[in-house]
Order: sequence, then structure tokens, then C-alpha cells
Amino acid sequence: MSWAGPDELFLSTSLASFLDKKLIVLLRDGRKLLGTLCSFDQFANVVLQNACERVIVGELYCDVPLGLYVIRGENVVLIGELDRERDELPAHMTWVSEAEIRKAEKAEKDLKDLKGSMRKRMEFLDFD
Amino acid sequence: MLFFSYFKELVGKEVTVELKNDLAIRGTLLSVDQYLNIKLENTRVVDQEKYPHMLSVRNCFIRGSVVRYVLLPPDGVDIDILHDATRREARGN
Repeated sequence: MSWAGPDELFLSTSLASFLDKKLIVLLRDGRKLLGTLCSFDQFANVVLQNACERVIVGELYCDVPLGLYVIRGENVVLIGELDRERDELPAHMTWVSEAEIRKAEKAEKDLKDLKGSMRKRMEFLDFD
Repeated sequence: MLFFSYFKELVGKEVTVELKNDLAIRGTLLSVDQYLNIKLENTRVVDQEKYPHMLSVRNCFIRGSVVRYVLLPPDGVDIDILHDATRREARGN
């Protein structure tokens, strides 16, 4: 990845064409960060301005503001350009506050834990 | 460098990239680099229901290290040329 001229810029694999655009960055742990790309390097280390984390639980979502973020390249899975012409999320999804999304997250986690523990207790039945 | 050269030949073709997190994305291959980082355009996620946050993404950069498979078009490879190139690479020139 080098400093490319305007012609090569859109054909090269460099992130230069994403500079100053609103992006979604998927991380290896499944988090989704949104922000404007300020800088990057050959490892896909990136700097995001006005970063926020988009937390999605079922049909609910919330953008939690984070500030200026430097992301280490090894954690990056995908960097996508958010098309301004299109809706960022399906119409049926509802925005909720941070407190509500955390509550929904916890409820989802508790349900998962419960399912896990029920399965464990039933293991003696030997389903398979 | 063989696979880098190989992927460069595929630029402009429609491919499906499956990532290690099971996300599969179909799009036109825009470019590829030495790390096999991939840029796709006109992308759409194969299982859109499961990944609502990808709805408005039409252009994306995928880090080479997270790619599991690249599914190619059936006419994407000339086996004879690939065999020859592989032997040449194995001989070291």
C-alpha cells in the first residue's frame, strides 16, 4: 500500500479511497465500529474519527459514542463504505437508548446461559 | 507470489469471499494486494437477514488474514496454465 495517485487510487487495494468517508469496521470479536477514516497503514491499522459502536440485539440497535479510535490492524475483519443513498439498517429495526440496549444484551446473554445450563443438566439423557 | 498473480488475473470477475467468522460476501473483485487483502464492489451479503448492519455496504476492503475461502467463477481458471505456473514456482524461478 503506497501513496497512490488519483488514477490508481480507486483501483489499488489501498484504503486511500476510503479516507474521509463514513465506514463500518467489523472486528474479530464481532463488534461493529462506525466512523470516519482519518488514517491507515499497510497493516490495516486505522484511525476513526467520531467513532461509535453499533450494538445490535435482535430488532433493537444503538450507536454508542466512543470518540477518536485507533484500531490495531490484526483485529480488523472488514472495512465497508456506508452508501449514503441507502438505509444503513432495515426499516423494521428500532433505535433504543444505551441503557435499553445493555439491558437487551444482558437478557440475551442470560437466556443463552440458561439454555447452556439446561442442556448440561440434561446431558445424562444422551440425546445423540 | 503465485496466488497474488493468480488473483490479479481474476480482477473484474464476480467472486464470493467466505470469512473465518462465516460471513460470506459476493461482489466484483476490484483489487488484491500482496497480503491477499481483497477489495470488492457491488457487494451483497449472502445471508442478509443475519447481518443487517451490512445492508448499505456496496464497497468493501477485506483483510487477507480473515479469509477462509474465495469461491471463483467456473471459468476463472485455466488448469493447464496454473499447472505450468505452479511447476515454475516450485522450481524457484
